[in-house]
Amino acid sequence: MSKDNQILEELTSSEYKYGFETLIENDSAPKGINEDIIRFISAKKKEPEWMLELRLKAFRHWVTLEEPTWPNVHYPKIDFQDIIYYSAPKPKKTLSSLDEVDPDLLETFKKLGISLEEQKRLSGVAVDAVIDSVSVKTTFKKTLAELGIIFCSFSEAVQEHPELVKKYLGAVVPMTDNYYAALNSAVFTDGSFCYIPKGVRCPMELSTYFRINASGTGQFERTLIVADEGSYVSYLEGCTAPQRDENQLHAAVVEIYAESRAEVKYSTVQNWYPGNKEGKGGIYNFVTKRGLCKGDYSKISWTQVETGSAITWKYPSCVLKGDHSIGEFYSVAVTNNYQQADTGSKMIHLGKNTNSTIISKGISAGKSQNSYRGLVKIHKRAENARNFSQCDSLLMGDKCGAHTFPYIEIDNSSAKVEHEATTSKIGEDQIFYCNQRGIDTENAVALIVNGYAKEVLNKLPMEFAVEAQKLLALTLEGSVG
Amino acid sequence: MIEQLKDSYKTFESQLNGLGQGFWQELRTRTLHSFSGLPKPKDEEYRYTQLGRILDKKFQFADLSMMGRTSVHGANALFHNADAHHIYINNGVIDQSKVSQNLPKGLSISTLQEALHHNAKDIESHLGKYAIKNNDAFASLNTIFSYEGIFIKVDKNVQIDKPILLHYSGTDHPGHAIYQSRSLILAEPGARLSIVESYSSDHSEDHFSNHVSEIVVGANALLDYYKLQNQSASTYHVDNTFITQSKDSVVKSYVFTLEGKIIRNNLNVDLEDENCETHMFGLYVAHGDNHIDNHTVVDHKMPHCFSNEIYKGILDDTAKAVFNGKIFVRPNAQKTNAFQSNKNILLTDTASMNSKPQLEIWADDVKCSHGCTTGQLDDEQMFYLRSRGISKASARAMLLHAFVDDVLDKISIGFLHDFVAEEMKNRLD
Repeated sequence: MSKDNQILEELTSSEYKYGFETLIENDSAPKGINEDIIRFISAKKKEPEWMLELRLKAFRHWVTLEEPTWPNVHYPKIDFQDIIYYSAPKPKKTLSSLDEVDPDLLETFKKLGISLEEQKRLSGVAVDAVIDSVSVKTTFKKTLAELGIIFCSFSEAVQEHPELVKKYLGAVVPMTDNYYAALNSAVFTDGSFCYIPKGVRCPMELSTYFRINASGTGQFERTLIVADEGSYVSYLEGCTAPQRDENQLHAAVVEIYAESRAEVKYSTVQNWYPGNKEGKGGIYNFVTKRGLCKGDYSKISWTQVETGSAITWKYPSCVLKGDHSIGEFYSVAVTNNYQQADTGSKMIHLGKNTNSTIISKGISAGKSQNSYRGLVKIHKRAENARNFSQCDSLLMGDKCGAHTFPYIEIDNSSAKVEHEATTSKIGEDQIFYCNQRGIDTENAVALIVNGYAKEVLNKLPMEFAVEAQKLLALTLEGSVG
Repeated sequence: MIEQLKDSYKTFESQLNGLGQGFWQELRTRTLHSFSGLPKPKDEEYRYTQLGRILDKKFQFADLSMMGRTSVHGANALFHNADAHHIYINNGVIDQSKVSQNLPKGLSISTLQEALHHNAKDIESHLGKYAIKNNDAFASLNTIFSYEGIFIKVDKNVQIDKPILLHYSGTDHPGHAIYQSRSLILAEPGARLSIVESYSSDHSEDHFSNHVSEIVVGANALLDYYKLQNQSASTYHVDNTFITQSKDSVVKSYVFTLEGKIIRNNLNVDLEDENCETHMFGLYVAHGDNHIDNHTVVDHKMPHCFSNEIYKGILDDTAKAVFNGKIFVRPNAQKTNAFQSNKNILLTDTASMNSKPQLEIWADDVKCSHGCTTGQLDDEQMFYLRSRGISKASARAMLLHAFVDDVLDKISIGFLHDFVAEEMKNRLD
């Protein structure tokens, strides 16, 4: 036992390595939320009238809503008047090359391991970096533009492609969808916009990095991805935040719209600051992510590796409206110390011959609580729908919890729905097997956990898979045997 | 609604005469104070079965005070020839003339009111204790408005060979559409018994029956507990069963639901001590516009316990079924083994199934799994049979029989097995 404890100690002492703060001058709004603040944000972003109208409508609806309490997470009530809803790094001007970017900012990205320059040269990944809800740099824009791909910050999209934004914004996640989506719709400050035209296969991975930098702020960004007929795009999202004692709110909305035969692959490595080992501080990550397979034979695939945030609460979903459309969800959620995660997926089958897969792997350690919550709904008219769900939980230590709440609603007899869940710890026999072959306990745990999560890690694009594996090892460093 | 109930409670109280005092009365008042009304539309536990709304519309809850005060002899009950200890309860009223005849030594069966005099200690330490803790609206309603029930006790190390058969029947009885029934069953350490609750009714009018069973199983005791729900198609039935197990005890519970407008079963099993074993089997065959809802909760509180759950359903026509199985494994309950499986076959496109198998686990050295499938008959199996010259209808029947067989097989009481098997045959062929 004492060895376990010792290893547990080591585990809890591994620190968050992205916890620095960059001292960049900020231009922020006063604390609190009201219609004036929304007008302020809208004016700051030089938005057209219709955008402001949308925001105000969302805000007026939000005021009538109550904060949801059903998730299996506990936290003190959030004071929405104590949050800064707009904070932009200063000076802000239109940048066309990296040389014009604030050197402090570049330094931040270097620390994060996403040097924009390097990215540009080596890996061929187009990056849109968002700091404190404002997009600061989008790389590879010109290369993409040649193919007709639009990849830019959301504010830019509002200015330059208002017809697209108008058409698709809120088409998947309506302004009135839920409490945090309504809040986001009212106050979102920036985000990424991506449009892939008909028949274009995006030649590189598109990527957004989110970073909360200023204190006392909330981050409310919005991502909108539209894949027109027969197109393909793979999209990556990464997030980090400085170490602070306060809890910061991150309420984002991601919308994906896939026309017929389009395919969108959305991968997330979520590594917000999870709080210290006493559970102080950390990000509240309340995110609405939804994809609509609008056309026939379309496909949306969510892959997520969740290691950060004090509280994670998100359910990347697929609405399978087109016939033969496919929805996929692959997730590894790791919680440690006092982290809480309530995450899973929703697959809503509306079209015929639709197919969905959910693979969720939860790992809880320390005093954390890890829940899977998911919905599989087969609509009456969804002939021959097929779903396979598997949610496994791995427990490390006897002070953590793993919970499973699957909802399965079937209204059609031709549906085939399977759900499986298991909960266990790392088998002593597995450890013993490794020890016997000269692998020490710590490496054995890493080996087993990696094997356990492999199904999901395999789905990540290469650049991310490496990062995710490292993250997994770091989060569970020196874990129990 | 609550005000209405409080008024009808006053009327009810005034009719209790000599019964309206002492322990039970105090329990009623306590429950009434904590009662917060029928489940609201957004109540998670009643999400798929909007009983609160339906009942509120359909039944006069203000009339609760009036329920079944007159005894009517039950219709020809099922199994009345079976070799068992029979108890008849009609429209919630116990036929006292037939209770406690020729009982073997160590078995006592009486009404709760009698037991309040003879076994005051047992009643006071168990009655209402488990129902109140759970806080289900219908269980509370039962505690507030019931004044009678069945008390069964098996003494230490006594083995009861014949099953105890409780016939719950309902017959048309105008103006009394709500019945409440209740039982308290105590198995002392080392006792062994089996209980069959058989529900039947020949009502043609809508009626609502609300049942609560509290069952306490002592150390090393063995209980087989069967429920056969075969009421009329106009029955609204809520059943709350609370089973509490002590060390080394083994309980097998079975629910067979064959008919009913809306049936809701809440089965709660608390494993209070080490090395308990519990098995839960359920079979529901729904047709017409039946709505069958099974909620089960197994709470593993101590180490080395085992639980196994198999619920299977076949849904035809526009039937709806709900399954919600929760397994809790508390931080103490290391070395727990808990398994749960829910399998459903939908025969039509208009039938629907909502399933929610839940695991909540706080201990690390456990093995827990749940599985849930919903679909139609396997095409390949069908083809296999058809290619061997078996007609479509008999192939279908064969596959459905095979599907329910592993639950049927577990019934260890002959007459019950034969009845359920026969019913299945009639329905599936």
